[in-house]
Amino acid sequence: MSGTALLEVKSLRLSVRTDEGIAQILDHVELQLARGHILGVVGESGCGKSTLARAVLGIMPSRAVLESGEIHFEGEDLLGVSDREMTRRIRGRRIGFIPQDPYLALNPVFKIGAQLLPMLRWHASADLRSEADRRRRVLSLLRRVQIPEPELALERYPHQFSGGQRQRLMIAGALACSPALVVADEPTTALDVTTQLQILTLLRSLTEEFGIAMLFVTHDLGVVAELCDAITVMYAGQTVETGRTDEVLAAPQHPYTQALLACHPDRSGALGGIQGLVPSPLAPPPGCRFSPRCDYALAQCSTRIPRLVKEAPGRFVSCRLADERQRERP
Amino acid sequence: MLILAKFSRDKAAVLGASIVLFALIIALLAPLIAPYPGDIAASHLLTRLKPPSIEHPFGTDNLGRDILSRVILGTRGALTIALMVVGTAMLIGVPLGLLAGYYPGWLSEGIMRVTDIFLAVPQLILALALAQLMSPSLESAMLALTLTYWPFFTRIVYGEARRLKVSLFIDALQCIGAGGARILFLHILPNAISPIIVRATIGMGFTILVAAVLGFLGMGATPPEPDWGLAIAESRQYLPDAWWFSTFPGLAIFITVLGFNLLGDGLRDIVDPRLRRSR
Amino acid sequence: MLGFILRRLLLVIPSLLGLLIFTFILIRVVPADPAAALAGDNATPAQIAQIRRQYGLDQPLYVQFAVYLGQIARLDFGESAYSRRPIVLDIKERLPATLELTLSSLLFATLLGIPLGTIAAVYHNRWPDLALRILSVGGIAVAAFWFAIELQLLFAMRLDWLPLRGRLSPGLTPPSTLTGFYLLDSLLTGRWHAFGNALSHLILPAFTLSLGGLATITRFTRAGVLETLQKDFVTYERAQGFPQRVLIWKFVLRNSVVAAITQIGLLFGGLVAGAVVVETIFDWPGIGFYTVQAILTADYKVMLAVTLLIGVIYALVNIIVDVVHGLLDPRLREED
Repeated sequence: MSGTALLEVKSLRLSVRTDEGIAQILDHVELQLARGHILGVVGESGCGKSTLARAVLGIMPSRAVLESGEIHFEGEDLLGVSDREMTRRIRGRRIGFIPQDPYLALNPVFKIGAQLLPMLRWHASADLRSEADRRRRVLSLLRRVQIPEPELALERYPHQFSGGQRQRLMIAGALACSPALVVADEPTTALDVTTQLQILTLLRSLTEEFGIAMLFVTHDLGVVAELCDAITVMYAGQTVETGRTDEVLAAPQHPYTQALLACHPDRSGALGGIQGLVPSPLAPPPGCRFSPRCDYALAQCSTRIPRLVKEAPGRFVSCRLADERQRERP
Repeated sequence: MLILAKFSRDKAAVLGASIVLFALIIALLAPLIAPYPGDIAASHLLTRLKPPSIEHPFGTDNLGRDILSRVILGTRGALTIALMVVGTAMLIGVPLGLLAGYYPGWLSEGIMRVTDIFLAVPQLILALALAQLMSPSLESAMLALTLTYWPFFTRIVYGEARRLKVSLFIDALQCIGAGGARILFLHILPNAISPIIVRATIGMGFTILVAAVLGFLGMGATPPEPDWGLAIAESRQYLPDAWWFSTFPGLAIFITVLGFNLLGDGLRDIVDPRLRRSR
Repeated sequence: MLGFILRRLLLVIPSLLGLLIFTFILIRVVPADPAAALAGDNATPAQIAQIRRQYGLDQPLYVQFAVYLGQIARLDFGESAYSRRPIVLDIKERLPATLELTLSSLLFATLLGIPLGTIAAVYHNRWPDLALRILSVGGIAVAAFWFAIELQLLFAMRLDWLPLRGRLSPGLTPPSTLTGFYLLDSLLTGRWHAFGNALSHLILPAFTLSLGGLATITRFTRAGVLETLQKDFVTYERAQGFPQRVLIWKFVLRNSVVAAITQIGLLFGGLVAGAVVVETIFDWPGIGFYTVQAILTADYKVMLAVTLLIGVIYALVNIIVDVVHGLLDPRLREED
């Protein structure tokens, strides 16, 4: 694949040992993200997208087994980097993280300043040697994410901020060390609609301003359409379709993507849903994982695992239909 | 079955269960197992204070009695006291907790305030004072322990009954006209049974400990009873030479209580969903 | 913060009043005829009547209760049948010894228990966790009186490293009373020898007494840290690249000790019960020793005074716990 990608995940497989058995959380996940771009990772709850986001940061669920795969970031395979090195060089410093629920993600018993400043202390770059410099840096960031009275904000506790303000604080934290990549795990899900829009606008302008790439995990196709350059659709731990946002949304190739789009209230007149349930990772269906719920499924779909077919540059689909189409082409 | 599988994976809990089982077997068969079952009351002044040997693996005491035999015979006493105390405390505490939790009002308030006061005073002090009031003997020690332990059950059952009372299935039962007693004993009690069992298991260990302290202070069993606490009290005059005299009865207390506590801990981990998550 | 403390103090008043009523009922109402009980078995009716007048037992109950409250307020508990001295003097003399013993064991249990519990949680389900779990269950299972005797047997009698009993060697004069704590007083007056001597006397009893608390604090810190580790903000802080040691010992621990601190309040009952046993075995001249003597000699006035004392200290301990809670968790400060 292309060598210019900032982040590239190749056939990542990850399972977790649970009391009920082995759960296949991620199974052959593929994605790539160019420098300065925003990639949306879309899928229903439980499809493994949050696990993927954390895996990029080297944070695995307890009792997780990494079976295979590579996560290339700035030319090195992060899966080969020790946890200590990840802490020292990568997390917070080169890859920022914006969590899902700002109500839960700030430590309730420490002041905001005591949570943001030490981070710069650990990852101090050359121009931020003194505490005063670091303070100035944090204050300018807080101003940039539109926190009112940043000086006072440093002395306040998380519970004294609203949800939207907390998410702005998290964004400031993610950007503090000027990373190359920000991983955002459903950053707007816990917020109300108007706040959501403000946060999205802020994220868009900040990534452009700082030239930051973003891996944006969400279940909301509307958000993707608004924000992302490219999109990766996941189903039951697998990448099923990937491509530029406008192309995927205009002409979805995978039946799952089509079904997802059809469910979106903006697009369909009637409220519908996809029949059936996301399969349990404890017992994934053989063959194509979507086949039990797919309108186009044939008998062979439930036995043969589809491969990821390249439809066009940067456009991949994992489906029998795409496979057949490609074979028909000369 | 899932519970059993979960339990068997918890090594500490399995160890606890084995110790408890072992102690129960010893207590049941004590007169058969003890090498010198007659040493409850006998005395052999020629073999006083002999260190551990093949004939007397735990040594002999100040009256020449075999300490191993007395430890084994003492198991029966300790477990009997604990079972009686915890059982009676349960019979008093559980119905009171059910009543207080299900019928709010002055009765509930009264029961719970008395419970609070009992729980605020250190149990040992209360038991000591009560045992003294009733003139010291094994029976009054047991009665005192029972009187100080029932509030623990009341408090737990009260909480469970309050919680279950507002749950949907009790609502449904009330709607189809089930009577109060029926709901309390057939529906609320079975749902509260697991915390009761956990409390009772830990209470067994705790009671053995406090009973030993009462025996040690001369407020419990009386000579020549083969009581562990009493034996340790008697041994103090013969230290440091007869180290075995105090050591083995103390170890017996320790291991038995440890068994009950490990078992109770393991049971709690299975029963309490909040802790289960972190395990 | 001051308002927070005052509110907590006000909340204690009803429970203390409850304790006073409870004790009053026990001594004045439960016995069929308290005057006859006071006069003894061989008293004549005239003597009983005299005692009834003398003690105000012919007055209505509410008057008697007011008189009782007045006595308590003046700290007039009467004379101990055992020591033949005013009870309040006895308590004044013995309270510092008990406080020195319990506070040092509580300090030891906290300073050791919190790190141990954290380590157990960090190594969850691996050998340090299992070892600490057995140890902490063992700490509760061990009979304090037996453990104390075994410690005496080993360290005092056999090895002769530490003294067997008492607070200070018989030849030494106690340091002049400033706080009543021998350790502090000897330090403040610069008597190093007395300090060493008092410390060596304190080690065995304080260690014995700390066992239960150590076990409890370890367990609850472990549970607290395990619970905190599941929280979203820990993932977030990890993702921000905080090193493990900062993450655990600063961010996680401060959130987790709240549960352990609550336990310190609940440990109180165990500490008092433990003090009774430990003071008896080490001849420690404190309240516990005094209580046992009072119980064994049926000295009811002392038992009453000690019960009230325990009640007051219990209330104070819980206020302190609440205040520490508020200091640790900013959200609690604003709740009321």
